Amino acid sequence: MTSGRLPIGSSRSLPVRLSVERRLAAPRWLGPVTTIGAVVLALLVSAVIIALVGGDPVRSYLHIVRSAFGSVGVLSDTLVKATPLILTGLACALAFRMRLWNIGAEGQFLLGAWGASAIVLAPVLPAGTPGILVIPAMMLAGAAAGAAWGMIPGVLRARFGVNEIITTLMLNYVALLWMQYWVFGPWSEGGFQQTAQFPREAWLPRLTDLSGSLPAFSGLTIHLGLVFGLVAAAVVWFVLRRGRWGYEIRLIGDSPRAARYAGIDIARHIVVVFAISGALAGLAGMSEVSGVVHRLQDRISPGYGFTAIIIAYLAKFNPLGVIVAAILFGALLLAGREIQPSGVPSMIQGIVLFALITSEILVRYRVRLVRPGRAAA
Amino acid sequence: MTDGPALPARSAGAGAAVELRGIVKRFPGVVANEGVDFTLRTGEVHALLGENGAGKSTLMNILAGIYRPDGGDILVDGQPRDFRSPREAIAAGLGMVHQHFTLVPSQTVTENVLLGLDRPRFRLRLGRYEAEIARLADRFNLRTDPRAKVWQLSVGEQQRVEILKMLYRGANVLIMDEPTAVLAPQEVEELFRTLRAMTAQGRSVVFISHKLSEVMAIADRITVMRRGRVTAAALPGSGATRSQLARLMVGREVLETVARAPSRPGDVVLSIRDIEADNDKGLRALRGVSLDVRAGEILGLAGVAGNGQSELAQVITGLRPYAGRIEIAGREVAMSPRRAVARGIAHVPEDRTGVGSAPNLSLTDNLIMKRYRQPPLARGWAIDRAAARSLAQRLKDEYAIAAPSIDTQARLLSGGNLQRLILAREIDLQPSLMVAVQPTRGLDVGAIEAVHRLLMARRDAGAATLLVSEDLDEILALADRIAVMYEGGIVGTFDAADADIHEIGLLMTGGRRSADDAAAAADAVGAR
Repeated sequence: MTSGRLPIGSSRSLPVRLSVERRLAAPRWLGPVTTIGAVVLALLVSAVIIALVGGDPVRSYLHIVRSAFGSVGVLSDTLVKATPLILTGLACALAFRMRLWNIGAEGQFLLGAWGASAIVLAPVLPAGTPGILVIPAMMLAGAAAGAAWGMIPGVLRARFGVNEIITTLMLNYVALLWMQYWVFGPWSEGGFQQTAQFPREAWLPRLTDLSGSLPAFSGLTIHLGLVFGLVAAAVVWFVLRRGRWGYEIRLIGDSPRAARYAGIDIARHIVVVFAISGALAGLAGMSEVSGVVHRLQDRISPGYGFTAIIIAYLAKFNPLGVIVAAILFGALLLAGREIQPSGVPSMIQGIVLFALITSEILVRYRVRLVRPGRAAA
Repeated sequence: MTDGPALPARSAGAGAAVELRGIVKRFPGVVANEGVDFTLRTGEVHALLGENGAGKSTLMNILAGIYRPDGGDILVDGQPRDFRSPREAIAAGLGMVHQHFTLVPSQTVTENVLLGLDRPRFRLRLGRYEAEIARLADRFNLRTDPRAKVWQLSVGEQQRVEILKMLYRGANVLIMDEPTAVLAPQEVEELFRTLRAMTAQGRSVVFISHKLSEVMAIADRITVMRRGRVTAAALPGSGATRSQLARLMVGREVLETVARAPSRPGDVVLSIRDIEADNDKGLRALRGVSLDVRAGEILGLAGVAGNGQSELAQVITGLRPYAGRIEIAGREVAMSPRRAVARGIAHVPEDRTGVGSAPNLSLTDNLIMKRYRQPPLARGWAIDRAAARSLAQRLKDEYAIAAPSIDTQARLLSGGNLQRLILAREIDLQPSLMVAVQPTRGLDVGAIEAVHRLLMARRDAGAATLLVSEDLDEILALADRIAVMYEGGIVGTFDAADADIHEIGLLMTGGRRSADDAAAAADAVGAR
């Protein structure tokens, strides 16, 4: 009897009225359909705006599509942009599932990039170590550094109840300054804001590296990091869906007190989830230095860790959805360089986000036309 | 309509303050009211009786302008009305007091009463209004201090402020939604005096309730609803019997007392000694509690709310840190939530929606909460979904949990069905020890009967049961032994057979047993 009902409009003037009612159960298809509908609607609204400022919406869209997906070359660039977004998006989606608001993926990403670089620059492994050893060492170091960074707010939250939103946000700045110290100081290359380029053994393999035997791959910069992202998404999805651990995460996320009643150690889960979340973001940092930039530098991230928050939300915390959302945002990042005025892609991003968040209401409520009964006549 | 082509303005009788005709109200998935007729005479207390979900509150929310009906007529003093907001209903003299109060804690009684009125237009001269409100309160036996801040008031006093709000706005008809649910027995008496004072002065009261004894005590006439329809209209209150009303309400014969076999107590399953623990505010809640519960018996823990019963139940189920000794089947256990689950201690918690279930998860996810760690549900690191679903389906069928499917979210269940879900999950563990806290609070007659039967069946199957309840009737109906708690200690234990309700009542409120000093009472563990 608690189902809310908001009559819209007056029955005096209209033969029917609109009634918004809470849904008892949403059909399975409804979520995806409203999401797609929201994206389409957002593109239509953006088209109107583009037309109003004197642009040609059709040509603009075609250009965006072409510059993000139009050829194998740009598609490869889109996926390169999407790679760190997939991993950081996963980091956020996993934590958000448990209602742990880790908005420190940016800092964990930077620490991961730093940790991976340390293998080469400290150097932890001597120069000339073969790639088969260097790459796994960098992965391990990047993930470990990110995990350690994530565990700081995790332990604070689990032990002392410190709000993780504040700590993760603040630690982002600490991470940035930490990385900058090394880039400007001990590891600086001749005083520039970057380190020396890594030796070849520390580069993640790219498709273009195979162009010697497969000329079609020439110039394709997709690197092994994409595989990390896809595998990680699949693993996280499967564990959350099927695993006892995933069930525990869902239970804690919905009702911590019920989870405790079921005998689940919540403090331990908080630390573990923060560690895994940080490791995923750290791996993103490793993949970026080792797969794309090939050195550590200031501005290594254009805010991947923050975009990741939006991506996790768009994906509704679903790890497979993260892949799709990350590719979409990768495309928009890429198109941003091509489109004039350059604000258009970020306007589209904003409208898409807005439409998606609003469309949630259609999943939770339904709109009906009602003919008022005699009492209202 | 059987009374022919009635003119809209014609009322059923000269004395009808309110008349509802053929009210229909649908919500997604349910018809809450299906052609309901209801007549309230001037100067009467008219009880609206029914189980949870029968449609009583919906009907009165329509009258109070909160919902709009999908069909039917509302007549107030013979005039057809169509309320589009509670404000319009109050303007027509209809005021409703809801179960959940809408008061501003930091403001005074007077300020709360005036809130939302445009009466003091500019300068708030509280003194004048205070006197006015004090006079009004006096007239209707509503003892309150107009200058008191609301947060300082007891729940009963806050309810009086809500009534005052309505009376001050000129309500001739007062609708009370389950008003006694939050009140102590003495406060119920006071409320009844107020309601009688109102009817004596020509106002009318609708009294929504599912408690038979209260309805019979206060109502001039009684209308019973079930599943959105009226099953008995305007019975005279004096002639009604409990069993008649219960049958009309539930739709079948109700046994208000469960049949019970003589208890055959076995070995001690739970033994606790010298338990000390703090409450959530960090104050000492348990002071050296010791007790034993044997297999095949129900130990009823009686007491006024807040004397440590809830904390004791949490200690035994590992949810609260403690000092002292807990033995399960003769072996000491350092209790933790995990160990409690692992030892198969069933727990029906006090807070069903916050602790006993995860509201947004499915029935399946809620039903596997206590056993997803063991085979056949657990397969290595994974959960066998097919096994989980078949377990959920079986429990849903066996315990008659009314829900569309096992994928339905727990929050969509009614109170009674949610309790069935929790009991199904806990009892199906085949526990040797069961801790049930307020297992029937807020449930209606039919659901209470079902819960009592499940607890009794488990006891007959040899479980040791600790039943915590503030409802002394429930304890007397179920328990084989009764322990009374007062201020964090056990002040007396009785065999149910020779329990004296007056003595228990006295102990619950801090009185002492005549032939017994405090030390002996604390030592009552071995007294059986």
